[in-house]
Amino acid sequence: MVPTDLRYTKDHEWVRVDGDEATVGITEYAAGQLGDIVFVELPDAGRALEQFATFGVVESVKAVSDLFAPVSGEVLATNEALTGSPELVNADPHGGGWMIRIKLAKPEEVDELLDAEAYDVLTAAG
Amino acid sequence: MLATLGIGGVDELFADIPAPLRASRLDLPEPEPELQLAARLEGLAGKNRTNLASFLGAGVYRHWTPAAVDQLLLRGEWYTAYTPYQPEISQGTLQSIYEYESLIAELMALDVVSASHYDGAAATAEAALMTCRATRRQRVLVSRAVHPHYRQTVQAYFGGLEVEEIPVVAEGPESGTTDLAALERLLADPDRPVAGVVAGQPNFFGLLEPMAAIGRLAHGARALFVAVVEPVSLAVLAPPGEYGADIAAGEGQPLGIAPQYGGPYLGLLASTDALVRQIPGRLVGMTTDLDGKRAFVMTMRAREQDIRRDKAASNICTNQALLALAASIYVATLGPHGLRDVAALGAARAAELEAALAGVGVGRLHPGPYLNEFAVRVPSARDVHRKLLDRGVLAGLALADIEPDEPSLADALLVCATEVTTSEEIARFASGLEDILSGRPPVGVEAGAGAERTRHGRHAAEGQPESAPEPAPTRVRA
Repeated sequence: MVPTDLRYTKDHEWVRVDGDEATVGITEYAAGQLGDIVFVELPDAGRALEQFATFGVVESVKAVSDLFAPVSGEVLATNEALTGSPELVNADPHGGGWMIRIKLAKPEEVDELLDAEAYDVLTAAG
Repeated sequence: MLATLGIGGVDELFADIPAPLRASRLDLPEPEPELQLAARLEGLAGKNRTNLASFLGAGVYRHWTPAAVDQLLLRGEWYTAYTPYQPEISQGTLQSIYEYESLIAELMALDVVSASHYDGAAATAEAALMTCRATRRQRVLVSRAVHPHYRQTVQAYFGGLEVEEIPVVAEGPESGTTDLAALERLLADPDRPVAGVVAGQPNFFGLLEPMAAIGRLAHGARALFVAVVEPVSLAVLAPPGEYGADIAAGEGQPLGIAPQYGGPYLGLLASTDALVRQIPGRLVGMTTDLDGKRAFVMTMRAREQDIRRDKAASNICTNQALLALAASIYVATLGPHGLRDVAALGAARAAELEAALAGVGVGRLHPGPYLNEFAVRVPSARDVHRKLLDRGVLAGLALADIEPDEPSLADALLVCATEVTTSEEIARFASGLEDILSGRPPVGVEAGAGAERTRHGRHAAEGQPESAPEPAPTRVRA
């Protein structure tokens, strides 16, 4: 099972909530499907995101995919380590491969996201 | 097949094209025997005047192309409509594109060059769109001194985005160049942040722009700076990378491609490394294969339309491989010194042209520095242009033909010279102009034939001097 302390989107992003801040990345399943990730394009800090709006782009050797914000809020920080080492997303998707931190604008949005069990059902169904 | 598609007729497939725009019937003449048809086509081709002394530039320039360029282009290996996606069978094509990119990158002093676009106008529009994607802003400022066709092309590409024109200075030493004070004002609007500023070097009037200053103003407003350049000029002018351009676009035609009417031409597009993922089209990179040997591959493929669909960097997913190859062979054949000679000789010929025209009382429209093209003030320019054509001289472009709504350009000709311009042609232009302006009649009915003789026989039959830096005296043939 995927980590139970995270919430998930149908687009395969995860979110970890800590107080009024959320950390966002893509799931191990998504990273595996994309293959070797070669580039991650992330927003500047300070940008306001709407829930499910595009916040960046992840590029693997075979595809380029948009990244969707699981929750609304202002971007507090991005994972600068990904600029030089995008492979962190494959190596440690739920940890060192995190992408952005968001100041939660609508904390209630988190409750709408999938829990670990529901996400496992989603990915098992393919 | 219609039944499978669930449609009643072929017409339904074209439903998206408005009915008045659809061809109902092809209006073709009756078939003719091949012999007769060939004669008719030769007659049509004979209407082309290839013996003119041409001073026409305006974005397309005549240069001498070494015979090696066309000869190498004839090799059958280059003729393929196939995109070299599979590196294992396309090393030759991929290497030729890689070398093109490397040569243009050196000319531009920028990091990344695309595998080419349709023409300079298309490349400029793509550059403008790049600035919007990179900055997430929607407003682009284009100098009015950028080629009018390029500005129109940018407008055509910019559905939903804003394009605004930066005026040019009307009077004084900077007249004809981008108005920096106006640019500063346009950049200052906090509610409408600017994505990119586009200016040409040399600009449409042939004048040199204060590119570094334009770039500083753009960057001060966190906008990107796009330089529209003429590639031969880069052998003697500062390249875009040196004056802070983030993106450079230009027409590659002067690099070994004939000035064929309307194309096919070659769109040059280069950028800094920071914008590598915004550059549209394809890029070819060098890498090593499994055995550690040098290999060429398409890179950044994942950004193209067949993979990214509507999110692609451009909806144009092709390149001008054969013409890019022509440019590569041309640049490689001339080498850096040869290219510098071409640019410097063109500038010297243009200075000679300026002096010859001044000698018959025709002065420049703008006082600023130029390289090999400039506008001159001529009353009734379109009429004079037509009369010079009767005398075998193509007197550049009557600016009113391309900018009819600009009163300041009503009485002006845009003229250029390159290394192929001869002193005799310059003298012919100046004396023809003098005749026309002083109301003298044309030299005679055989003007066209005379023009051809001078071109091939260099006036030997007429006993004229080969070079005539001073305006030749009025000649009236008996």
